[in-house]
Amino acid sequence: MDLKTMTYIVVGATFALYLGIAFWARAGSTGEFYVAGGGVHPIANGMATGADWMSAASFISMAGLIAYNGYGASLFLMGWTGGYVLLAMLLAPYLRKFGKFTVPEFIGDRFYSNGARIVAVICLILASITYVIGQMKGVGVAFSRFLEVEYDTGLYIGMALVFFYATLGGMKGITYTQIAQYVVLIFAYTIPAIFISMNLTGNPLPQLGLGSTMSDGSGMTLLAKLNLVVTELGFKEYTTQTMAGRLDMFVYTLSLMIGTAGLPHVIVRFFTVPKVKDARSSAGWALVFIAILYTTAPAVGAMARLNLHETIQTGEIGSPEGNLSYEARPQWFKNWEKTGLLQFEDKNGDGRIQYYNDKNPEMAAKAESFGWKGNEMVKVDRDIIVLANPEIANLPDWVIALVAAGGLAAALSTAAGLLLAISSAISHDLLKGVFMKGISEKAELRAGRISMAGAIVVAGYLGLNPPGFAAGTVAIAFGLAAASIFPALMLGIFYKRMNKEGAIAGMIAGISVTMLYVFQHKGILFIKGTEFLGDLGPNWFLGIQPNAFGAIGALVNFAVAIMVAKMTTEPPQHIQDLVESIRTPRGAGGAQAH
Amino acid sequence: MEKPQGSGDAYWRATLGLLTTVLIIWFVVSFGFGIILQPMLDSIHLGGYPLGFWFAQQGSIYIFVALIFFYAARMGQIDRDHDVHED
Repeated sequence: MDLKTMTYIVVGATFALYLGIAFWARAGSTGEFYVAGGGVHPIANGMATGADWMSAASFISMAGLIAYNGYGASLFLMGWTGGYVLLAMLLAPYLRKFGKFTVPEFIGDRFYSNGARIVAVICLILASITYVIGQMKGVGVAFSRFLEVEYDTGLYIGMALVFFYATLGGMKGITYTQIAQYVVLIFAYTIPAIFISMNLTGNPLPQLGLGSTMSDGSGMTLLAKLNLVVTELGFKEYTTQTMAGRLDMFVYTLSLMIGTAGLPHVIVRFFTVPKVKDARSSAGWALVFIAILYTTAPAVGAMARLNLHETIQTGEIGSPEGNLSYEARPQWFKNWEKTGLLQFEDKNGDGRIQYYNDKNPEMAAKAESFGWKGNEMVKVDRDIIVLANPEIANLPDWVIALVAAGGLAAALSTAAGLLLAISSAISHDLLKGVFMKGISEKAELRAGRISMAGAIVVAGYLGLNPPGFAAGTVAIAFGLAAASIFPALMLGIFYKRMNKEGAIAGMIAGISVTMLYVFQHKGILFIKGTEFLGDLGPNWFLGIQPNAFGAIGALVNFAVAIMVAKMTTEPPQHIQDLVESIRTPRGAGGAQAH
Repeated sequence: MEKPQGSGDAYWRATLGLLTTVLIIWFVVSFGFGIILQPMLDSIHLGGYPLGFWFAQQGSIYIFVALIFFYAARMGQIDRDHDVHED
C-alpha cells in the first residue's frame, strides 16, 4: 500500500471517529449543551482542554520554531505552559464561582456596563480572528502535503472542512470529541519522537534522549553534536542563540503567559466544571496533558534539525563529494517540493545541494573558497518540520499517515473552539445581550452560524497572506488577549475599587497600543505594503518584536485602568458585594444554563 | 448575592499569601533560571543538558505542573480552615 492510500485511510478513520462521537454525544445530552462539562471528570476535562488548547501552532509549528531558533524558542515552551499557572490561580476559580458562560458577560456584569461588554466583545473577536488565521495556515500546510496540492488549494479545502466541522461537531458534545482528538494528536506526536530518539541516542524517552549521548559512537552528547554541526555551517550555536535578545525573550514569554490566561476559548472551559475546587485542579490536569507534548517538542525540533543537516551535508564540509547530489534527493524532499514549501536552486550549477548560512560573512567567505555560490535551500518553511520529520527519519508509512491525522486534529479542534467563541460573542453578547434583547433562540443560533462563516472567510483570506509562521501569527493573538482581556478580568477580581470607567479605558488603551505597534511593523490588518515602519530590528521599541508586545500593552492597560479608576467614582455597593462573593468558593451553584 | 461566611479578611489574606509564594517560584524557575541566569547556569550540566537550557525547555514546565497541584491542595486546606469550602 502506498503512502497516499495509507494517509487517506488513517485520516478518514479518525474523522469517522470524531463524527461518530459527536453524533453519540449529541444523542445522549440533548438540551444539555451548556452543562455538558458539568458531568465531566476534571481529568477528562483537562484532556479536552489540552486538545482545545494545542493548536496547529503547537503541533505543527512549534517544533519547527525550536529547530531553527534553538534555545531562543524556549519562550514558546515556557510562555504557553506558564500561563496555566496564572489561569489556575488568578482567574479560573473566581470566574467559575461567578458562574456565567462568556467572558464579555463577566466583564459586562462586573463593570455594570454594556459599553464594557461591547469593548470586551471587540477585543475577543480581534484576538480570536488573529488566532484562527494561524490555524488556517496550519490546516493549509497539512492539506497541501497530504493531498499533494498547492498551499492555496489546501487552504480552501481546509476552510470548507473547518466550516462543516465547526457548525456540526462544534455545537454538540464537543468535550468527548476533543478527548478523542487529544489521544490521536498525542500519539501522532510522540510515536515518531520515540522512534527518532531511539535511533539517535538509544533512549526511547525523547525528554531524556535530548540530554543523552549520541549512539553513533562519537561519544558526544546530542546537543553538543548539534551545536557543532550548525556552527560549522555558519548558523548560530543551538543551545545559546536567542531570537532578538534576552530582553525581547523576557517580554515575549510574559506576553504569551498573560495571553494564555486571557484567551476566551480556554477560559470558558473552566466555567462548566462542577465545582470551584475542580476549576483549580482541572487547570493542573490540562497542563499535564499539554506538558506531554511540550516537553517532547524540544527533542523533536533538535533531532529534526540534526537529521536534516546530516541528510544534506553527507560528508566533510567543503569537499566536492560532501554534499548530497540533487538527483539522489530522498522521496520526502520531492514531495515537499511539490507543495512549494521547500525550494532548491542550484546556484553554482554543481548538481549538489549546499545548505548553509550565507548571511554569516565568515561562512560566506569560506563557502566562496569551496566554489559555493550561496545557500541553495532557498526556502525551507519551518512549518513543515513536524510533518516531514518521520519521512526524514525513514519511519514506516503508518507513522507518517498518523502525523497528518494528528496535525489536522490539532488544527480543527482549536479552530472549532475559537469559532464557537467568536460566534457566541456576536450572537449571545452583542445581539441577545445588548442590541436585540428579545431575539429568539432560533435567530440567535442563525446569527451564530452566519458570524462563524464570516469569521472563516476573513481568516482564510488573511491565511493566504499570513503575517508570519503559524506560531508567529498565533503569538500576535496572544498579545492582543494579554493587552485587553486578562487585565480587565484580573482587576475585576483582585481590585474591588475598579470601576467601569477604568476598565473600559484600560482595555481600549491596552489593545490600541498593541495593535498600533503590530500594524506599524506588519502592515494594517497584516496587509503587506501598508506598514509605515519597516519590520526590522532597528525600528523596534527597545528591540522588542511586534509578536512580543502584548506584555507592554498589558502594563499600559493596568496603568491606565488604575489611574482612571482613582479619578472617578467608586463602583456601587452591590458590585463590591459581588466581588466579595466571587472570592469565596462556598455557594457556587451548579454550572448554569441560560 | 450572599455575603461570604467566616472571617473574610483573614481568608483573603491567606489566599493572597499563597498566590505570592507560588508566583515567586513561577517567576524564578522560568524568567530567573530559564532566561536571566541561563548563561551562568549553562556551565553546570544535567546529563547532556546545560542547566539553564534545561530549565528553559524542560524543567520550568515540570515545575509549573507541580505548582498548580500544590496550589489546588493548599487552597483546599485554606478553604476548610476558614470554613468557606463547598458542601
